[in-house]
Order: sequence, then C-alpha cells, then structure tokens
Amino acid sequence: MRAPGHSRGIVDIPKWWYLLDLLVKKELRVRYRGSILGMMWTYVKPVVQLTVFYFAAGKFMKMSDGMDNYVIYLFSGIIMINLFNEILMNVTTSIVANAALVGKIYLPRELFPVSSVWVALVHFFPQVVVLLVGAVVTGWRPGPLNIVAIMGGVLVVALSALGLGLAFAAWNVMFRDSQNFVELISMVVFWMSPVIYKWSMVNEAIPRWLWYVYMANPVTIAVELFHYGFWVPTTGPLTSAHGEMWTMMPNHWVYWSGIGLVVSLVLVAFGQAVFRKHEAVFAQELG
Amino acid sequence: MSQMNTPLPAVVFSDVTKWFMLRHTRSIKEYVVWTLKGRKGDLGERFKALDQVSFTINEGEAVALIGFNGSGKSTTLKLVSGVMQPDSGCVHTRGVVAGLIEVGAGFHPDLTGRENVFLNGAILGMSKAEIEAKFDDIVAFSEIERFMDTEVKFYSSGMFLRLAFAVAVHCQPDVFLVDEILAVGDEPFQAKCLARIRELHAQGQTLVIVSHALDQLEDICDRGIVMSHGQAVFDGPIADAIAHLRASE
Repeated sequence: MRAPGHSRGIVDIPKWWYLLDLLVKKELRVRYRGSILGMMWTYVKPVVQLTVFYFAAGKFMKMSDGMDNYVIYLFSGIIMINLFNEILMNVTTSIVANAALVGKIYLPRELFPVSSVWVALVHFFPQVVVLLVGAVVTGWRPGPLNIVAIMGGVLVVALSALGLGLAFAAWNVMFRDSQNFVELISMVVFWMSPVIYKWSMVNEAIPRWLWYVYMANPVTIAVELFHYGFWVPTTGPLTSAHGEMWTMMPNHWVYWSGIGLVVSLVLVAFGQAVFRKHEAVFAQELG
Repeated sequence: MSQMNTPLPAVVFSDVTKWFMLRHTRSIKEYVVWTLKGRKGDLGERFKALDQVSFTINEGEAVALIGFNGSGKSTTLKLVSGVMQPDSGCVHTRGVVAGLIEVGAGFHPDLTGRENVFLNGAILGMSKAEIEAKFDDIVAFSEIERFMDTEVKFYSSGMFLRLAFAVAVHCQPDVFLVDEILAVGDEPFQAKCLARIRELHAQGQTLVIVSHALDQLEDICDRGIVMSHGQAVFDGPIADAIAHLRASE
C-alpha cells in the first residue's frame, strides 16, 4: 500500500508523456481560439519588436555603428528574452489556470508547468527559423561549436525560467501578486542582458564585482551563447585568430556558460523545492 | 490455506484529521500589514473538516459515504484520491485509484467531444492504446455519436455529463471514486449508469461512492459509512447506515 498524492516531481513526468502531449495540444488550440492570425502572432510580435529596436536603438542611438549585422545580434537576443519571459509567465500561471483539474483529480502537478515550457518552445521554434533565414542571408557559416552554443543557450534559459516559474506558480496559488512580480522580472531581464547593447559597454561602466554578478545571470549568458551561435558566424572568418574574437564575446565566456548552466540547475532545484513545499495545499486553496 | 481468501485492504484511513483554512485575503499587502499588526489570526479561520476518521475498505467492497452537506464526505474522497493530504494520521491505498470527484473536471469546452474523450481518458490514467481500444464503447455508452466532432461548449449539460461519465466508467481503476454523479442525465441513462456501476462492482472493482440518493446507494453498496461534522459516526451494513442517517434528521 502507498500514500496517495505523492510523486517524485519532475522525474515522474516521462511516465505521463501521452497526457503531456495532449495538454500541450489543448493549450495551443485554446490559446488561438477565435483569432484570425492564430499561430502567426508568434511571428508578428518579435518582428515588430525587431523593427522598433532596430531603428530606436540601432539607428537613433547608433548602437549598430561599428558592428556587423546588428539585426542578427539584436534578433537573437530578442527571441531568447521572449523565450525566457514566455516560459516564466506560462509556468507561473499554469497551476491557477488549471485549478479545475488540480483541485479535483490527482496528477503529478509538475505536468502543468512542464507542458507550459513545451508550449513556449513550440512558439519559439518559428522565431528561430526566421532568425536562421536572416543569418543565412547575411552569410552564416557555423561550425559545430556554434550549434552546441545554440542548444546550450536554449537549455540554460529553459531551465532557469522553469525553475523560477515553479516557485512563482506555487506562490501564485496563495497570492495572485506573483504574476505582477513576474511582469517586473520580465521587464528588468530585457535590460539586464546584452540584447540591444554590447557586453563591453557594461564591462566598462561597472566595477569588477558587479560585472561578475551581471555575468552570473543565466539569461545573460544564454543571450551571449545565441550571439555566438547566430551572430558571430555571420561576421566572416576569424582570420586574425583570437584578437578579434575577444571583442565579440565577453572574456571567459566558455567558463561563464558552465556557471550559467549550474545556476540554472540550482534554480530548478530551488523552484522544485518551493513547489513541493506548497503543493499539498494547492487543492484546498483552489477549491 | 484459508488466508488466501482474505480480501486485502484497498483503502485505509487511520486517525485522519484534516484542517481547512478559510483564507480571508489573497493580497500580499494585507498579509504583510496584518502580520506586522499582530493580527495574523485574522488572515483566516481554521476549522476541522475531518476529525480522527478511521476505516478500512477491502478490495471488492462497494462502500457508500453518506451524511449531510458539509459533513466531510467529499473531503474524504479527495484524501483517498491524493488531491489533498491529511494534517495528521495517514491514508493508504492499494492499486490505481481514479475517480470522478467532479464529472468532467478534465473537460475543456473548446475541444471537440472526441478530443475530450482522449484528454479525459489520459487524465484518468489510460494510455493512448487503451483509449483507442475503448473509444467505440465509450461513444456508444454516451449515446451521442452524432456530436463527437462538435466542440463541447455547444453540448447541453446532459450531453456533457453523459460523455464525461462514459469516459470515467471505462477507465477501470482498482479503486473507483464516485462523487454525486448518480444523478446523471435522464432516467434511462441513469439506469444504464447504475447498471454499469453494478457491473464494475461484480468484476471486483472497489467502489467508494458519495451521494445523497440513498435509495440508489442501497441498491449498489453493501456497506455505508455515515459522516457527521467531520467524524465517521456509523459504519456498517448499508441499510443500517441509511436508517442511522434518517434517524438523525
């Protein structure tokens, strides 16, 4: 015999693969009900963002001066931030949005956050395709390491957002203020990462210790990984060896990537711990 | 060995107590202000939904939980299903527990009947192959073949309940929980549901049923547990349990 209502958390999710798949399909169907453009909206938003920032930041603020293919630089950062924000918001609201199920039928509750991540990845994919087309047009010639960087960036951002989101999802059941906190985080994270500006501008402006804090942000390193994956290979062969390379990527970015991955795993462990601490009261809070 | 025939326990409650917190606020501002002012007690009221409830339900039994509104029946079912956790005491179950704590809890209005059958089947623990194998039976049972490709939001409430119930009675868990769903649809459909539940019971499925339809319960269950103010006040043959409940009116 066993005590009902206990799961091992995220580890148990693969056993529910089929349900997870159905939940994702449901979410995608429901989100675009009654909308004419449907999934097209996932293209419209980043393209508008790109246009606005390209002119406002790139041209008016002259951010693109002295930089090849600023559009690729900008867009790879934008879609990374969008992925982070979408996962974080989806996961945060996932438990309250599924209140009817959480309160009535026992399922491993991590199913809802994990399906939210999946939905966000489905939305993310077409944006990557757009970026890829742009990169190829501007002369993208990637090596294997660039591809690894792209995958690593997605992994780091997905884990970080899932981890934070799990904690906020649990708090959101108790206090709906969580959603507002998440909106704040979304706003701040955009400017806290080198999306429209270059890492070197931050490096010159802040003290050393603060630079370490800046680089420890997993979203920052994920954005840099995307720069390495999509933008760096469009800027031509690095014939003059490392000299040129170092100005494109922050110092020791490979080590920082490792730290970013560790930080994102810590965030998942933290989020899962908060989630498990509160999940016993989900049903009675949600009715 | 005579012990081979002794039924195994399927659901065991030992000294289960459950407190509910009736929260008065969902705002962090009030939470902080009240905590600082030393009025933390005002954040909510606690009341005991279950008070040291103990019982054992063996495999193959059909047990009715009866009692007036607010007596703790539904809370008991939620603890069996694992949706809620006890504050003290322990709950144990054997095998797969599935239930209808609420008919159609897993249904989504924007999906078609067909899609909802698959979604709800998976929620109740069925695999894709299982649902596919039983799909025709489920549809036939619901008697709404014509509307399977219509979105559920256009269903009448009766059609909705029929489909939801049809899925649930085909999921065949070891322990089947039923809450207030014997009042499904019109009379012929109700009779069909009752027949199906009896059939499941005959096949050896353990049933735990919450209902106010006492006559129907007498028909299906062997045993009744009477709940009152969070306590199990009577546990015995169904006829006696119903008599006990009626006497306390």
